[in-house]
Amino acid sequence: MKQMTEQELQQKSVQYRKNIIKYIYGAKAGHTGGSLSCVDILNVLYNYVLNVGPENFDSPDRDRYIQSKGHTVEALFVVLADKGFFPESDLETMSQYKSHYIGHPTRKVNGVEQNTGALGHGLSLSVGTALAAKMDARDYRVFTLLGDGELPEGSNWEAALTASHYKLDNLCAIIDHNKLQITASTKEVCDTNPIDDKFESFGWAVRHVDGHDIGQLKEAFDAMPFEAGKPSLIIAHTVKGKGISYMENVLKWHHGVPSEEQYAAAMEELDQVMATL
Amino acid sequence: MGAIIDKEIETGKANLEVFSSTLQELAATDRDIVAVTSDSRGSGKLVPFGQKFPKQIVEIGIAEQNLVGVAAGLASVGKKVFAVSPACFLTARALEQIKNDVAYSDNPVKLIGISAGVSYGALGTTHHSLHDFAVLRAINNIIIVAPADNFETEQAIAQAAASEQPFYIRFGKKPMPLLQPRSESSFEFGKGRVIKEGDDITFIATGETVYPALQAAAKLEKEQGISATVISMHTIKPLDHDLLTKVAATGKPILTVEEHMVYGGLGEACASYLIQNGHHNRFKIMGIPDEYTVTGSQNDIFNHYGLTESGIAAEAAKLLEK
Ligand SMILES: Cc1ncc(C[n+]2csc(CCOP(=O)(O)OP(=O)(O)O)c2C)c(N)n1
Ligand SMILES: [Mg+2]
Repeated sequence: MKQMTEQELQQKSVQYRKNIIKYIYGAKAGHTGGSLSCVDILNVLYNYVLNVGPENFDSPDRDRYIQSKGHTVEALFVVLADKGFFPESDLETMSQYKSHYIGHPTRKVNGVEQNTGALGHGLSLSVGTALAAKMDARDYRVFTLLGDGELPEGSNWEAALTASHYKLDNLCAIIDHNKLQITASTKEVCDTNPIDDKFESFGWAVRHVDGHDIGQLKEAFDAMPFEAGKPSLIIAHTVKGKGISYMENVLKWHHGVPSEEQYAAAMEELDQVMATL
Repeated sequence: MGAIIDKEIETGKANLEVFSSTLQELAATDRDIVAVTSDSRGSGKLVPFGQKFPKQIVEIGIAEQNLVGVAAGLASVGKKVFAVSPACFLTARALEQIKNDVAYSDNPVKLIGISAGVSYGALGTTHHSLHDFAVLRAINNIIIVAPADNFETEQAIAQAAASEQPFYIRFGKKPMPLLQPRSESSFEFGKGRVIKEGDDITFIATGETVYPALQAAAKLEKEQGISATVISMHTIKPLDHDLLTKVAATGKPILTVEEHMVYGGLGEACASYLIQNGHHNRFKIMGIPDEYTVTGSQNDIFNHYGLTESGIAAEAAKLLEK
């Protein structure tokens, strides 16, 4: 894979944000805030970390990315389209009758590894996938993205135990730590802090990064496994709605759809950022 | 008894809205009423409930198994607990808690399955509950209810609150017209409501499919002179065997309709009772077939599988021709 410069990656992030807004606006549905908070992570994964593309998607040695927070599928679709898994124009059918581009990832869409959307499944699926690599002595690595509001699902903690028990240092979980869920902040709904201590005591190696800083994300992924014989956790500090000022940290944009004026304002703001890059 | 379909159709609210307002009325006079949510108070329309009764709502976070277990514990010491979560997660993820902590241990939790069936439309199969009647029917000691209209919803919520038994009550979020004038309506768990009487065929429907069944009956009457009895079988378990016996005795065909997979739901419950009691009426189950569910909105999915005025009318005509 030809390495992209940091500037190219930054441009990708802005383009992805524009596409997320465009297709959510078109479908009149989608998980806007959480797509915007995780898209820089997906950008670095798909354009820097993962050895995955349409050309090798049937290879048993490909890296796997499993999106546990399936509701922010728009970010995934936009990135997969850019990688050439399907024509971007397919996304014009999002959420329509008979379209495979529904509100959560499904394997009917080329490039999607697992059908997610019920929270609390991605980590167990990833543990199994990573364990198989160890069993077969394969080199692929497994990445999964969790929401911070998703952490109270008990299955996550069961999977965290299995991951360290089997010393899955080929596994990396990323938490999109945007501090919000649907009802309120994660702190008010069910306080999971300190997340790092919890995972460390479960046998994981943990790092904190700014989840919108391409350089920090690259560095963290480069350092994987953070400790030999341990699964890696990246706590990515992010902003829900990142990049569209009126959406940032505002609860209702969890699944808010922009009006015509809001759509225009969002596009203008992103165009301005693009012009500076 | 006259259905109001051709008269004043009260537009109706979403049953979800009626659930929320009914629960607020109950909570105002009964401090033991507690709502338990899993980051679901917005989707359960319980934000005003939380504002008015902050001491009567327990937020669990996204952890449905824990939600049901905690609800059972609260109920065991006398709280009147409504555990409110999307029907799909409540009845799939937390099934063991429902089986052991609620039903088997006889803790009278009222499990409220919101946005049931295919209400979540294009969010896809993870968010659909097409299995809930089937899995819960196979568990002893839980009453299963799918109210069709606002009247049934308010009655079901109020009567369940007063009951000492475990319940599962599921509904959608689409506005539902009133099926009958309130003055002609009554509601009792385990007793089907005859919405309209007819001579040629019986429709037994539940939840949000009762209304299209009623529309289909009107269409058949107008276009083909076929007259159908329409029943809202709001209680899936215990099933109204007396009413089934009565309609079977006419010898006329029976068509069941539900927003559920064709396996294990209302239709098979009716068929099982009828065939084991010597009734051999022509019989057809309409629902979602055993396949990868078509994608789209709830309306798209209903249209695709014929759970509509014209789809139900067409199946009825076919059944009558056999
Ligand atoms: C098992 C399960 N329970 C509930 C939901 C409904 N749901 C979808 S997104 C969401 C909030 C998720 O919050 P978080 O994990 O913080 O995601 P983000 O902030 O990144 O959007 C909820 C409750 C679900 N999809 N799955
Ligand atoms: Mg969050």
